[in-house]
Amino acid sequence: MLLYTLRRILYVTPVAIGVSIICFLLVHLAPGDPLTAVMPIDATAAQQAEMRQAYGFDRPLPIQYGIWLWKVLHGDLGNSIASGRPVLSEVSRAVGNSLILASVATLIGFTFGTFFGFVAGYFRDSPLDKAASALSVFGVSVPHYWLGIVLVIIFSAQLGWLPPTGAGPDGSGNWRPDTEHLRYIILPAITMSVIPMGIIARTVRALVADILSQEFVQALRAKGLGEWGVFKHVVTNAAPTALAVMGLQLGYLLGGSILIETVFAWPGTGFLLNAAIFQRDLPLLQGTILVLAMFFVMLNLLVDVLQTTLDPRIQRT
Amino acid sequence: MRSIKWALALAAAAITVLTFNAASAQGTLRIGMTASDIPLTTGQTDQGGEGMRFMGYTVYDGLINWDLSSFDKPSDLVPGLATSYGVDPADASKNKWIFKIREGVKFHDGSEFTADTAVWNFDKLLKNDSPQFDQRQSAQGRSRIPSVASYKAVDKYTLEIVTKSPDASLPYQLAWIMMSSPAQWEKLGKSWEAFAKTPSGTGPWKLTLFAPRERAEMVPNKEYWDKARIPKLDKLVLLPLPEPNARVAALRAGQVDWIEAPAPDAVASLKSAGFKIITNAYPHNWTWHLSRVEGSPWNDIRVRKAANLAIDREGMQELLSGLMIPAEGFMPPGHQWFGKPTFKLKYEPAEAKKLLKEAGYGPDKPLVLKALISPSGSGQMQPLPMNEFIQQNLAEVGIKVDFEVVEWNQLINIWRAGATDPSAKGGQSLNFTYFIQDPFTGFIRHMQCNLKAPSGTNWGHYCDPAMDKLLDEVRNSFDPKEQTAVLQKVHEKMVDEALFLMVTHDVNARALSPKVKNFVQAKNWFQDFSPISMGN
Repeated sequence: MLLYTLRRILYVTPVAIGVSIICFLLVHLAPGDPLTAVMPIDATAAQQAEMRQAYGFDRPLPIQYGIWLWKVLHGDLGNSIASGRPVLSEVSRAVGNSLILASVATLIGFTFGTFFGFVAGYFRDSPLDKAASALSVFGVSVPHYWLGIVLVIIFSAQLGWLPPTGAGPDGSGNWRPDTEHLRYIILPAITMSVIPMGIIARTVRALVADILSQEFVQALRAKGLGEWGVFKHVVTNAAPTALAVMGLQLGYLLGGSILIETVFAWPGTGFLLNAAIFQRDLPLLQGTILVLAMFFVMLNLLVDVLQTTLDPRIQRT
Repeated sequence: MRSIKWALALAAAAITVLTFNAASAQGTLRIGMTASDIPLTTGQTDQGGEGMRFMGYTVYDGLINWDLSSFDKPSDLVPGLATSYGVDPADASKNKWIFKIREGVKFHDGSEFTADTAVWNFDKLLKNDSPQFDQRQSAQGRSRIPSVASYKAVDKYTLEIVTKSPDASLPYQLAWIMMSSPAQWEKLGKSWEAFAKTPSGTGPWKLTLFAPRERAEMVPNKEYWDKARIPKLDKLVLLPLPEPNARVAALRAGQVDWIEAPAPDAVASLKSAGFKIITNAYPHNWTWHLSRVEGSPWNDIRVRKAANLAIDREGMQELLSGLMIPAEGFMPPGHQWFGKPTFKLKYEPAEAKKLLKEAGYGPDKPLVLKALISPSGSGQMQPLPMNEFIQQNLAEVGIKVDFEVVEWNQLINIWRAGATDPSAKGGQSLNFTYFIQDPFTGFIRHMQCNLKAPSGTNWGHYCDPAMDKLLDEVRNSFDPKEQTAVLQKVHEKMVDEALFLMVTHDVNARALSPKVKNFVQAKNWFQDFSPISMGN
């Protein structure tokens, strides 16, 4: 087990290097001036050249990458061009907010997704299966940006029950687990949960249907085990895959929440990326993408190790 | 009995105090900005016009300010931290300007504003080796004062600025330059990062809270030098809400009281829900900048006039829910520099076809053009449907337009690079939005012969010695009335020769809660929040 874990950690190193190169190069491929945020629109060519030199953008790309990587390895993601603030502090705060939102959304999605999936799998081809499947198809099909706006119109603008934007009163950027702040997370979390809910429901439905059709289940029933006992066996067998899917969904939510966070002005990495893209803030873009990508890599590592713990057969293969 | 009388007296006193407090409490105004972050708070702010509006002229002043007091009169320059200014009559070159500094003006930290303070602030932007030089502020401010060659404090309340050549538009340039407190900067360890958290200016508002990417809070400066502009509100809160639908939702839900730039399709529902939509003309121009390089079909005045006559500007107004002013020239109608051009921008497709025929175009020889446009951008309004509308209008008179759609930041680069640059991909027209509030941004940068790329942003490479002569006259007309008369001539020439495809002007729409009282929307990119109060 230890050897397996060490081997997995070692495999992460070339992946991390590859991720850093892609993060660095991708933002430079995009057209536009990286100094848009700090130069007035009609800055002269001489002023632009001076600024480019001041920020180091006049150097060849490999040298810029080397300098950036060296700083990253020492924990320095540089400073945001637009705000002048350290990228690490901006990203840390945003990652925390995104993690909270993604976790709550994943929890909601996982809870309802597994419930719908089990219902659909246990009562296959029944009206219950059809209803549960329809809900999961809705979850993966509906554009969640649109859904978010609709929920805001209904619950914020029309009914006035829930706030439409922010993580707390008066645009507060720090969410806390208290009654007042809870109101702010409900709509974005529900909006964000529909996709993982749909995916998990469909996955669990297929898993449950498959497990129930296996011979060992028949054998368990023949031996006189009650349905509750059978259910526990089904859950145990379905758990590793369901968990893996949940882990992947958490990773996707962290990286793919840019639209939801912009609609709800939720101060997470998506909102930060949106601002960085429009401002062409390269250090902020690079730093945020790198942190998210590395988080995803680490999450995959964790899920691999957890899966092996739950199902030792995976380690032997 | 005695205790009852005491109780009644106390109750009356309490009611009086509460009533007094209620009467004098003018409330908190929460504004949802389009910016994705709080503008730079150190003085020379960023985020363009919105930055100056919310963080420039609130916390700070310039030597010269804008008059933001009237809804229907043109907005012009007024004395700010300088009570008077002008060219030194003793200087024959007309390069030397003398500014009399307003005496007794204090920064929020209590230190005094003097001529030396002004010099310190110019050094902050222009002198790279000065301890207070700030790269970020310099990036924003240096290009706003291209005429300034040198400056010095003659005495405590007299500042001298020397220009590189005679330039009567210097006051417009100086209106961009905000004055930060040297004393506060020193007190905070000479750190602009620390200054950003607790800034100090001379403006009508004091910044009391700065939470990056979250909010900024300001309270009135009760010691402001212009007593008529001491704010009535208790507090002003700025919140970044870059997504238009999120802004509308925040207003409808009562999270904010005011939003900038509501989405046009939300206007009707906001009005029916009781919100106020405030608009006014201001020096904004949405246009097609025309290439005048050799071989461009726009070199023929008949083609330029035909295109201008082909546009149904009133029809476009419906497309934008009324949130636009159809162009009658390059400047908005009624602007002090409008003059009396003879070419009228009417919708006359028959006349347009006639002109094109005279120019040699018709069904057998259609005119084919390429236009560079963007799907979005600062001040670009609704560029895709608007450009498609123009494309349709031009097609109806025989001008076929193909679009090259580029991302907004890339379009800015193409604009800077000029019409002959390969990045323009042979495009003969470029859809751009212009801030046209001063002679340089309104006229000079687009048309002066020596301001083609890389020296400037005369994108189309237009060059007319007669226009250059007029622009030179603008710079050498030091009497405001004379200068206005010359600017009117410049505008008349622009319109009569149809130098641009003049389409429309934005109306600076904002949506307000009915609780917001006494706001006067000036004909200006910037606004005054001092008279505002909050009702019930």
